[in-house]
Amino acid sequence: MTSIAKPQIVHQGLKRNALGLTIRDYEGGMSTLCAGCGHDSITAAIVQAFFELDIEPHTVAKMSGIGCSSKTPAYFLSASHGFNSVHGRMPSIATGANAANRKLHLLGVSGDGDSLSIGLGQFMHALRRNLDMVYIIENNGVYGLTKGQFSASADVGSKAKRGEVNKQPPIDPVQMALALGGSFVARSFSGDKEQLVPLIKAGVRHRGFALIDVISPCVTFNDHEDSTKSYAYTREFNHRAIHADFVPPAAEIKAAYDEGDVLSVELHDGSRVLLKKVAKNYDAGNRGAALEYVRARQRAGEIVTGLLYLDESSPDLHAVNGTVSAPLSELPYEELCPGRDALLALQKRFR
Amino acid sequence: MAKEQQKSRVNDFVLKIANVNGTGSASANSLLMKTVFRMGVPVSGKNFFPSNIQGLPTWYEIRVSKDGYLARSGSVDVMVAMNAQTYGRDLAEVAPGGVLIYDSTWPRDRQLARPDIEIIGVPLARMCNERFSSARTRILMKNMAYVGVLAALLALDRDVIVALVKETFARKQALIDSNLEALELGFTYAREHLQCPLPLHVKALDKTSGHIMIDGNTAAALGCVYAGATVGAWYPITPSTSLMDAFKSFCERYRKDPDTGERRYCVVQAEDELAAIGIVLGATWNGARAFTPTSGPGLSLMSEFLGFAYFTELPAVVFDVQRVGPSTGMPTRTQQADLIAAAYASHGDTKHVLLFPADPRECFEHAVAAFDLADRLQTPVIVMSDLDIGMNDWMCRELEWDASYRPDRGKVLSAEELEAAKAFHRYVDVDGDGIPQRTLPGVHPRGAYFVRGSGHNQYGGYTEDAAEYTQVVDRLAKKWQTAAELVPEPVIRRGRKESALGVVAIGSSHAAVEEALDRLAAKGVHADYCRIRAFPFGKKVRQFLEQHDQVFVVEQNRDAQLRTLLQAELGYPATRLRSILSYGGLPIDQRCVAEALEQHAARGVAA
Repeated sequence: MTSIAKPQIVHQGLKRNALGLTIRDYEGGMSTLCAGCGHDSITAAIVQAFFELDIEPHTVAKMSGIGCSSKTPAYFLSASHGFNSVHGRMPSIATGANAANRKLHLLGVSGDGDSLSIGLGQFMHALRRNLDMVYIIENNGVYGLTKGQFSASADVGSKAKRGEVNKQPPIDPVQMALALGGSFVARSFSGDKEQLVPLIKAGVRHRGFALIDVISPCVTFNDHEDSTKSYAYTREFNHRAIHADFVPPAAEIKAAYDEGDVLSVELHDGSRVLLKKVAKNYDAGNRGAALEYVRARQRAGEIVTGLLYLDESSPDLHAVNGTVSAPLSELPYEELCPGRDALLALQKRFR
Repeated sequence: MAKEQQKSRVNDFVLKIANVNGTGSASANSLLMKTVFRMGVPVSGKNFFPSNIQGLPTWYEIRVSKDGYLARSGSVDVMVAMNAQTYGRDLAEVAPGGVLIYDSTWPRDRQLARPDIEIIGVPLARMCNERFSSARTRILMKNMAYVGVLAALLALDRDVIVALVKETFARKQALIDSNLEALELGFTYAREHLQCPLPLHVKALDKTSGHIMIDGNTAAALGCVYAGATVGAWYPITPSTSLMDAFKSFCERYRKDPDTGERRYCVVQAEDELAAIGIVLGATWNGARAFTPTSGPGLSLMSEFLGFAYFTELPAVVFDVQRVGPSTGMPTRTQQADLIAAAYASHGDTKHVLLFPADPRECFEHAVAAFDLADRLQTPVIVMSDLDIGMNDWMCRELEWDASYRPDRGKVLSAEELEAAKAFHRYVDVDGDGIPQRTLPGVHPRGAYFVRGSGHNQYGGYTEDAAEYTQVVDRLAKKWQTAAELVPEPVIRRGRKESALGVVAIGSSHAAVEEALDRLAAKGVHADYCRIRAFPFGKKVRQFLEQHDQVFVVEQNRDAQLRTLLQAELGYPATRLRSILSYGGLPIDQRCVAEALEQHAARGVAA
């Protein structure tokens, strides 16, 4: 995970958030990805989202696996804790982190190789646990660091830079998440910051597993003609089904919406997500319908984006476990050790 | 067998029960063992069970030993042959002068004769069929019926048995009634038809007070509770499963908020062992004490993350309850064959701290020590238990707890310390012991750092620079030297005379070695014994090897893995290390050790 430190220059006129921090405080090292990489736009969206959410950087844990996408945590939130795990295993690290410290904001950044091939099992099981985290897949259909092999998300008929055509059906994290009971399922495009930033904010405030699959073109290996994960293709076939606006607690809803086109969902901390229909016949509260919609558009070669499904009532790992509200890592030892007398009493059972 | 000899076998014999698994014999057998224990006579029980739910052969071996020898003796004096399928081999296994009891409801194979042993038939099935109506009850009660027969033949205290039956089936009166009835059936039959007791029987002593009967997995789980572990992650695998089962059950008792019922622990059943160890690391990164119990195949899957934890310097406690490998091997049989896999788990230059508990009491103690060492050293610690210790009930001294114990959380910087510090650098050797300082997420803005398995310098930054990388891994080697000073020291037993002969063993081989050394000493051959309790080996192990011209290394694997580690880590010449190996999957017996040492001694005398 290479990165180059940025010069620390703070302009006087920079906007400050409720903590008195500027957006610079949420940035990281200079990116060493290829110029024009979609991942860098996602990095910028993450920086903006956390800045706007007024979250103290050191209460955030940014985690990743291996791959180009997994390098990006070095490029944002340099004042946060980072964890670059082994390939495909970030979800288990996140599970342990959440088990130990449920107060920490968990942000996982992964790629299509990391999450849909080597780490498919862990990704799905973190989702099944409804682990309280944001899980971003920077999806470009290709292995970048090893120079251009197809990934499991490559579409049938998509052509690699070297010319071969992919014939295996893609694994779509969104369809899998919908089928497996994901509580927050979103897709976006790295080139659509207006859509992506509120999705990340809503994901952070959602209690449970917030999956955001972001189509993020690889400029070096998968941005050519006949690629279905290129900038040009994604722009042309991006089907924005629904737009999510994030409204922090106690903030007023300013924009005027047509009755019936907007669904307001309240999150655990009192903030709200306004789901605005872009496609008239889309229903973000109906899992089966959402899955069917995504499938139908996929057959037509389109990429459905937006907050595609949201269920705030699913219990997360700790709700299922019935854990105490304080982080387990903060419990004093006296509350954990049964003591000497208990050990003496217990051993009667073994005589 | 002469009458005198038989008399000497009071409180000194082996009883083995051959049965079919899934017939409920386990509770009858453990009841037998516990009866002997409560009569004050030292006893051990070894369960040899198949990897199967119902219908395959299973054996239970109970050793009664007034002298307190708890290893397998290597012979069988009383066989209860309840399984027609294995009758031939069960008959053959009885030592001359011994006794075989069989179910005479059906004719036995008279082709298989043993004039040198006593064969006793009891119509167990017929008696139970006449007394009980349901098919399942008839099968189950046959076991209690042979307990009744043995109670008469071995002079077991019936009051103790009755009390145990009542405790075992505490809330099920119907079961208590039928079990006591079956017990009485067998007892009465034996009293009326057989000469009771046998010359070889049990006589009450007072040699078990201050002791308990407990299995290593339960004891280890208790150690995790007492050490303050709050996060457990695992994937079910024999023979480690009962460790997490026990942890959960203890936590349900001791770790629930009395008012709200909320849990002060979190156990995650992971999708596989790759995830189980990841969950542990995610939790320890955040300051919780976390552990995972597993066995060989699980350890193999954990290897990548173990190397990651070594390099990123995160604590982790792993219990490897070893079973027979390679591959799936024999999941319900025991071995000590994961030593090298555990010591050097993962790619690259990695080494891991191992602890070798010798019995359940040490499983408890080593569990606590493992968490302290893992936190202090910021590295994985693997407790190398095995199926024999983990799943069998062992008689051991009562567990003790020092109420003044507080966890050693190592060099974790608090918010106050970070506030006062000018800067924090993750991998700088501030104290010269090779152990850096660490921080926990969310504690203080100055504590933030990046955990990375990629090359990093002493400041935690990414590097591909040769000098920076070398500095970090050299410091890790220094930390390894510190580890050698912190791990539990070996237990050394000196022979009565200056001895050039040494014996080295680990873990569950201990009881067999102790007994073999006593036998040898009785014949005038003296050896010194070093029971290694941890890896890295440390100064005392090195000294022990240096002090002896010839050292026997006793271990339960084919390839002499412990010997390999001693050679590799201490540079001890191979010619001075000899192996005594037992690796068929059954717990090592004392005879195997005694015979090898005796042969060596005989050669020495001849030379």
